[in-house]
Amino acid sequence: MAFPPLDSPQWQSPWHAFAWGLRAITQTILTLVLFATYLGIGALAHDTHFSLAWALASTLFVWAGPAQIILITTLGSGATVIQSAIAVTVSAIRLFPMVVSVLPLMRTPTTKRRELFFAAHLTAVTLWVECHRFLPQVPRGRRIAFVNGLGFGLVSVCLTANTIGYFLAANLTQTLGAAILLLTPLSFLFSTARNSREVADVVALALGVLLYPLAAKMNSGLDILVSGLVAGTIAYGVHWWREVRA
Amino acid sequence: MSAAQLIGDWHALFVLFVAGVIPNQIWRMLGLWFGGGIDEGSELLVWVRAVATAILAGVIAQIVVEPPGALASVPDVLRYGAVCAGLVVFLLTRRSIFAGVVAGEVFMLAGKWWLG
Repeated sequence: MAFPPLDSPQWQSPWHAFAWGLRAITQTILTLVLFATYLGIGALAHDTHFSLAWALASTLFVWAGPAQIILITTLGSGATVIQSAIAVTVSAIRLFPMVVSVLPLMRTPTTKRRELFFAAHLTAVTLWVECHRFLPQVPRGRRIAFVNGLGFGLVSVCLTANTIGYFLAANLTQTLGAAILLLTPLSFLFSTARNSREVADVVALALGVLLYPLAAKMNSGLDILVSGLVAGTIAYGVHWWREVRA
Repeated sequence: MSAAQLIGDWHALFVLFVAGVIPNQIWRMLGLWFGGGIDEGSELLVWVRAVATAILAGVIAQIVVEPPGALASVPDVLRYGAVCAGLVVFLLTRRSIFAGVVAGEVFMLAGKWWLG
C-alpha cells in the first residue's frame, strides 16, 4: 500500500487520515502476531475462569499484552491484588519511555495535551514500532488522526481475537485448546527476542526464563518479581560492564 | 454459556481496574505529562527495561512450567520441546516470529498425536 504524497488533498480531512491509519494495519506482520497473542489471551482468560467481558475490558483499558498476561496468570494462581499490581506496574514502566519518544513525532506547536490522550493510551510495542515506520509518510498535522485510526484498527483486531479465543477454549478438544494456550508464550518469547537489540535485553530474556523455575521453588508468592529483579539486574550489570570496558 | 458467565461479577472487574488498569496506565499518563526532558538512553531506563523484560520472561516460563487449563494435559517434555523447536526455527529463519510460533505448535501437536 502506498500512502498519498505528503501534499495530497487526500490528507486534508482528519477522517481520511484516520481511514489511512485503519488501512495501515493490513501492512504489517505484527497485526498477525497480535491476533495470535490475543487469541491466546482470550483462551487463557477462559481457562483461568475469567469472564469474556473481563477479558475484553482488560484489552480495551489495559492494552498491553504482557501486563494482561501477568495479570491473568498471577490472579489465576492465587496472588493478592497488591502482588499482581506490583508485577503489572513493573512490566508497564517500559511504556513510559515509549510514550515519551513517540509523542514528539505527532506533536505540532499548537497541539494540546488532551489531543494526545488517545495516542498515549494506544502506545504499546506494536504501535511504537509502526509509528517510527509509518509516520514519516504522513503530514505532521494529520499524524494524531492517523495514529488514532491505526490504534483503533489494532484494538478491534485484538477484541475479535479475544472473543474467538475465549469460545475456542470453551468448545475445542483438549489438544486444540492447549495449542491455542501455547500461542501466548511462543509469540511473546519470539516477539520479545526480535525486539531485543542490546545484549542487556537478550540476557534479561534468557535469564528471566531460566531463573523463574528456581524462584518458584521458594514459593514466596512473589516468584515472578524475584526472578525478574534478579535476572534484570544481572542483565543491567552485563550492560554496565561492557560500557565500562568499551 | 450464560450471560452471567460472560459478564462475570463486579468484584472481578474491580480487581481488573485496581491490579491491572491503574498500575499499567499510570506510566503512559506520566509519559504524557512529563514527556519533555527524559533521555531514552539513560542508565535508569536501561535497568528498568531489563527488569521489565525479565519479568515478562518469567511469565512466559510460568505458563510453560505451570500450565493453566488445557495446556496442563500436554506432557512436560512436549511443552519444553515445543519451545525449544520454535526457538531453533526462529533463529534459523533470521528471527521470523511467525515461523517460530508455527514450528512450536507443530511440534506440540505432532508429539500429542505420536504419543496418542
